[in-house]
Amino acid sequence: MIDLLNFHIIPGLVLGSIYALGAIGVSLVFGILRFANFAHGDTMTLGTYITYTFIHLTPLYGIVALPLALLIAVPAAMIATGLIVLIIDRLFYRPFRNSPVIIVVIASFGMMLMIRSSIEMIWGPQLKAMITGIQPPWFFFDTIRVLPKHVAILIAALVLMGIIHYLLSHTKIGKAMRAMADSPDLARVTGIDTERVVKATWMIGTALAVAAGVFLALDGQMKPLMGFSVLLAVFASAILGGIGRPYGAMAGGLVIGVAEELSTYPWIGDGPLLSPGYKAGVSFAIMVAMLIWRPNGLFKGKVF
Amino acid sequence: MEQLYGYFLYSLSLLTFGGIYAILCLGLNIQWGFTGLFNAGVAGFFAIGAYVSAILTAPESPRHLGGYDLPIPVGVFIAMVVCVPVAWAIGRVCIRLRSDYLAIATLGIAEIIRLVFKNELWATNGARGVSFVPKPFEAWDSPWDQIAMALVVLVIVALLYIAIELARTSPWGRLMAAIREDEPAALAAGKNVERFRLEAFVIGAVVMALGGAMMAHYIKFVDPKMAEPLKATFLVWVMLIAGGSGNNKGAILGAMLLWFIWSITETIAPIIIPDSFAHVVYPFHLVASWFLPEAWMATPIAPDPVTGLDSWDSKAPFLRVFLIGLALQIVLQKFSSGILPEQRLQSLADTDDASARAARSSPS
Amino acid sequence: MSVLELTDITGGYGETEILHSVSMRVDEKEIVVIIGPNGAGKSTAMKAVFGLLNLTAGTVRLNDKDITHLAPEQVVRKGVCYVPQVGNVFPNLSVEENLEMGAYVRTDDFGPRIQEMYELFPDLRTKRSEAAGALSGGQRQMVAMAKALMLDPKILLLDEPTAGLSPKYRGEIFRVVRDINSIGVAILMVEQNAKQALNIADRGYILVDGQNRMDDTGPALLSNPEVGEMFLGGGTDKAA
Repeated sequence: MIDLLNFHIIPGLVLGSIYALGAIGVSLVFGILRFANFAHGDTMTLGTYITYTFIHLTPLYGIVALPLALLIAVPAAMIATGLIVLIIDRLFYRPFRNSPVIIVVIASFGMMLMIRSSIEMIWGPQLKAMITGIQPPWFFFDTIRVLPKHVAILIAALVLMGIIHYLLSHTKIGKAMRAMADSPDLARVTGIDTERVVKATWMIGTALAVAAGVFLALDGQMKPLMGFSVLLAVFASAILGGIGRPYGAMAGGLVIGVAEELSTYPWIGDGPLLSPGYKAGVSFAIMVAMLIWRPNGLFKGKVF
Repeated sequence: MEQLYGYFLYSLSLLTFGGIYAILCLGLNIQWGFTGLFNAGVAGFFAIGAYVSAILTAPESPRHLGGYDLPIPVGVFIAMVVCVPVAWAIGRVCIRLRSDYLAIATLGIAEIIRLVFKNELWATNGARGVSFVPKPFEAWDSPWDQIAMALVVLVIVALLYIAIELARTSPWGRLMAAIREDEPAALAAGKNVERFRLEAFVIGAVVMALGGAMMAHYIKFVDPKMAEPLKATFLVWVMLIAGGSGNNKGAILGAMLLWFIWSITETIAPIIIPDSFAHVVYPFHLVASWFLPEAWMATPIAPDPVTGLDSWDSKAPFLRVFLIGLALQIVLQKFSSGILPEQRLQSLADTDDASARAARSSPS
Repeated sequence: MSVLELTDITGGYGETEILHSVSMRVDEKEIVVIIGPNGAGKSTAMKAVFGLLNLTAGTVRLNDKDITHLAPEQVVRKGVCYVPQVGNVFPNLSVEENLEMGAYVRTDDFGPRIQEMYELFPDLRTKRSEAAGALSGGQRQMVAMAKALMLDPKILLLDEPTAGLSPKYRGEIFRVVRDINSIGVAILMVEQNAKQALNIADRGYILVDGQNRMDDTGPALLSNPEVGEMFLGGGTDKAA
């Protein structure tokens, strides 16, 4: 039984919090700009590579330990990636603000290819490691086994979600974001500066994407397709939570992450319930099922 | 002379691949161009066509299902037939979704299909794929085998073009266009909109399966990589958008043109790009190398003698993907109806649908 | 002096022309009502003020300054507030958050203004932390009006504020409109309930097929037999 916790539930929660961070960004962009951003996964990757660059750029690395280097590099990468995304929005999405949704979605297809190939050109296609070496796990009560990096990821994800909650419920720009998600037309005639809200949405969504990407790299490896490979799981989380609803996205991410990991637990007999090769398929299947039977999400949500 | 012959064979392969992509584009055009269904799962139907035809015609092997030794046309035909219930089932549940949800759902389903082909080792040999897929005319001498293959593909494209054009101008096609332009009106006229959409979805998928089967027989091999979305879905989308969605000639032209660009950049880019590219980048690189740590400089000018990676010519394939993405953006912004814009059917041009649409989308 | 003046407005959505050379004006402290049959372009005329329309001709002037081509958020900054007919509150925001959004362009402390609104609409004080979407239709309409008043506008545009409300709430809304007007806010409103609206109106405009048909003072229109036949006669005032 303890294996279920150590090897399925804990890694599931870690993966789930990564999905959740990505899904909040997808959900915010969907709520405010009204389109499914297919380039979000690649934004995660870009942020991760920029973080990697900052870590190796700061002479700090080597002087201070990795956690501190990350604490400096990740926020810097969030800002840098956010600015890049703002430029992308200005050049490739903003011209379509009044066009049918589908055009922007196709533009985000194109962006996906452009970001990905830029990463491959600049940093090369091969695998990289954000950290090297193997960490010994921590043991609690002699049986619960947790990797320190997993603890760090879970705590950091919780802190970020707390910050997002504060932003959305207590700041003017956060409330304006929710207002615009509710009704962009009314937001405009109310005098809300909608382009400013759009910029804030991109910055916040991208910041979370960078965090998600870095956590994903810490948990595994860095490669140019890492973000795209979790894109569908991130969409699945956003849809499960009711797309356009950031709080739902948090819950959706955790559910999808844990569900993926639980699918390989030997529930019946000795072998895994589902071959690990299908692990990624679990989130796609949940997503497709949700889209068909509960498009508003598990929680009370709405479709724009 | 020998070089010239090489160019000749190369242009035959360009035509054949371009033709296969034209088939995929025509299939997508039925779904997106005529019916407005945002299918981001082209790769899934492509893979079904490729795998089914390959397994039915490949010689017996202990590594995968097979040994049926069916003739190629039968294999291709069954591949298309198999696609019908699959596409019907997918369409049945997904078709009501709003466009970008449909895109997400179909992308997800295509990935599930890819995972099945990758993981069901007993049937598909997993990641190693199915090899020795028979190729038509392979007993013939070169270049006649290549010429014949190219001709077969081009004839299929031509037949498809004629069939789809006939369908487009038939009552069925007009209705389809009417549904896309003004769904409420079609519903009000008592048309079973969902059924017509489903028909278009299935027909488009079957055409994609045909494309997949042709690909399998042309390259004599199938593996799960073929179903990755980059080349089997997104490239097809770029082709259709660039050529002109809604226009069959545009779909064919877009496929041929983009494939030529795609293929030629692969072949020529390493020859042309590295020098010029390196010259542009070198000064920056040199300055950067003075004060940046070596570890960060992931991009030495000279190719790594061992791996060959990280040299500028190894970047050419990625530059190509970048340019394709950029081309899509430029087409979307500057030539939003593609090279060959859609020819509107006369009966539709009469209705003042542009204004109706505008009125509907206005804030109220 | 006119607060708001529309001159020869021609235009519509996309390429469809809905308004043909419509003119109207609202003077200071006036209540002006637009009535007309369905599809006459009443709401459209209102949207023209807010730059939500494709105008091919005509000008919109606010206090003698041209605002024809300003974006909605800029029009709001000039002191014009607009309450659309439907979707006029942010349903997932609380009542108080709706009011805060109404004050979005203000940079000063608008706390006291929120209290003033609670005095004008006492019902809202008790519901302040409830989601606006969960309120009744009449209460939502009040949130919408309070939200629009947060900026202390010179003129308030109301698009069918009583549509779909029970008679009790309808009377309440007309009372509030008069209250708002009495504190010096000019009002331009579109109304289906022509009789009640003309009763409180200083002046009224009748639009038919996107054109000016008639304009006069409220009482004069009420007693005009042609108007009576068109809008006020027996069964036509459906909601009454």
